[in-house]
Amino acid sequence: MSWAFLRDLLSGVNKYSTGIGRIWVAVVFMFRLLVYVAAAENIWKHEHDEFECNIKQPGCENACFDHFFPVSHIRLWALQLIMVSTPSLLVVFHVAYRENREKHHNQKLYRNPGKIDGGLLCTYLISLILKTGLEIVFLILFYKLYNGFKIPRLVKCDIKPCPNTVDCYISKPTEKMIFLYFLVATSCLCIILNLSELSYLIFKYFIKCYLKRHVKKQQ
Amino acid sequence: MDWGALHTILGGVNKHSTSIGKIWLTVLFIFRIMILVVAAERVWGDEQQDFVCNTLQPGCRNVCYDHFFPISHIRLWALQLIFVSTPALLVAMHVAYRRHEKKRQFRKGDQKCEYKDIEEIRRQRFRIEGSLWWTYTSSIFFRLIFEAVFMYAFYFMYDGFRMPRLMKCNAWPCPNTVDCFVSRPTEKTVFTIFMIAVSSICILLNVAELCYLLTKFFLRRSKKAGNSKQQPNHENKEETKQNEMNELISDSCQNTVIGFTS
Repeated sequence: MSWAFLRDLLSGVNKYSTGIGRIWVAVVFMFRLLVYVAAAENIWKHEHDEFECNIKQPGCENACFDHFFPVSHIRLWALQLIMVSTPSLLVVFHVAYRENREKHHNQKLYRNPGKIDGGLLCTYLISLILKTGLEIVFLILFYKLYNGFKIPRLVKCDIKPCPNTVDCYISKPTEKMIFLYFLVATSCLCIILNLSELSYLIFKYFIKCYLKRHVKKQQ
Repeated sequence: MDWGALHTILGGVNKHSTSIGKIWLTVLFIFRIMILVVAAERVWGDEQQDFVCNTLQPGCRNVCYDHFFPISHIRLWALQLIFVSTPALLVAMHVAYRRHEKKRQFRKGDQKCEYKDIEEIRRQRFRIEGSLWWTYTSSIFFRLIFEAVFMYAFYFMYDGFRMPRLMKCNAWPCPNTVDCFVSRPTEKTVFTIFMIAVSSICILLNVAELCYLLTKFFLRRSKKAGNSKQQPNHENKEETKQNEMNELISDSCQNTVIGFTS
């Protein structure tokens, strides 16, 4: 069980997406998943070992690390990737449900089970709203947990058992900050893509409704 | 999810590339991605652990390492490879869009559609002309820009491509000036120079491909202008001959790449 599972999942979603949805999948693959696995994971690999405090008191380093990093950046990043990809499963399930219904009734109920119309359109819109919401939630979480997106070189710690205030040094702060900004930028890009896809679908739906009504009036 | 997935994605683009494009892809996978994964990552693997400073002051090593390596070579290369591979996706998307349109035509039962079944549409190789030419050329242009930007960023950040053995550091909390020693400097220099050399080769290949496409474009335009005065049969014979030549070249290159992938 690894990121390959997520990759296969998203490839399946690609089939039932609009054009903008496919661009979103490509952005998530190339700029988020691949960057995470190929580069970011290694930066945070030894973060605890390389976290150094100017003190010999046993337990002080552990307590300070735990105080400043309740959940590590890299774990939050992984959670974000998983949560943000999951709403797309709703669409896959709905299409599978449609195909199952057709098989059960042994007749063609839908012109094309994979076409985004009717109930599937609602499911698609809900998945887009969920994706956008989760992205925003995680960005706010990052901001609140770490006081912005900066990573300082030095943090001052006075948690027990550290005597008085102790200087603690974070490893590779600049590199971590660069990748954090990269994460924020790709998150924002994905939010913009989701919002444009949402507006595109709603606009298309209203135009279709309006045209139908117009044709009815003419008849 | 790793570089293998990138290989699957770009492998699809390979079919619709020019011969130089196929060579570029081969160079990218064998001399850059494979070298990065198999060798370079091991060399830079123990970076900070083996970065040693001549002081017992806690925190001095962390701070000095961060000062001299704002972003590690290996991460810069990984980012460079990802950014340089991305424009090829534009071509893949354009081809997928064209295929989708042809499938729609076929399903509607259009008389103009010359395919016998959906499988033929899926297998078809599109020629690089019309709007696909523009997409392909812009993808090469973006590739060139990304390569150049990363090479410059490298040169700018590390003052050249050499890895020094010794660095003098006086960032706080290091007392006065402290000697810090980089691990495996010669090996790192060798790999840095190798990666820069292969980057330059890729830039040259991209420039050659761009020139080739521009030449083909202007030749085609002048031929069209010339042929508009001649008979239409003559133009068809030339086109079919060119088609056959293209197929022969692409098939031979395809066999080379398939040999590499299997």
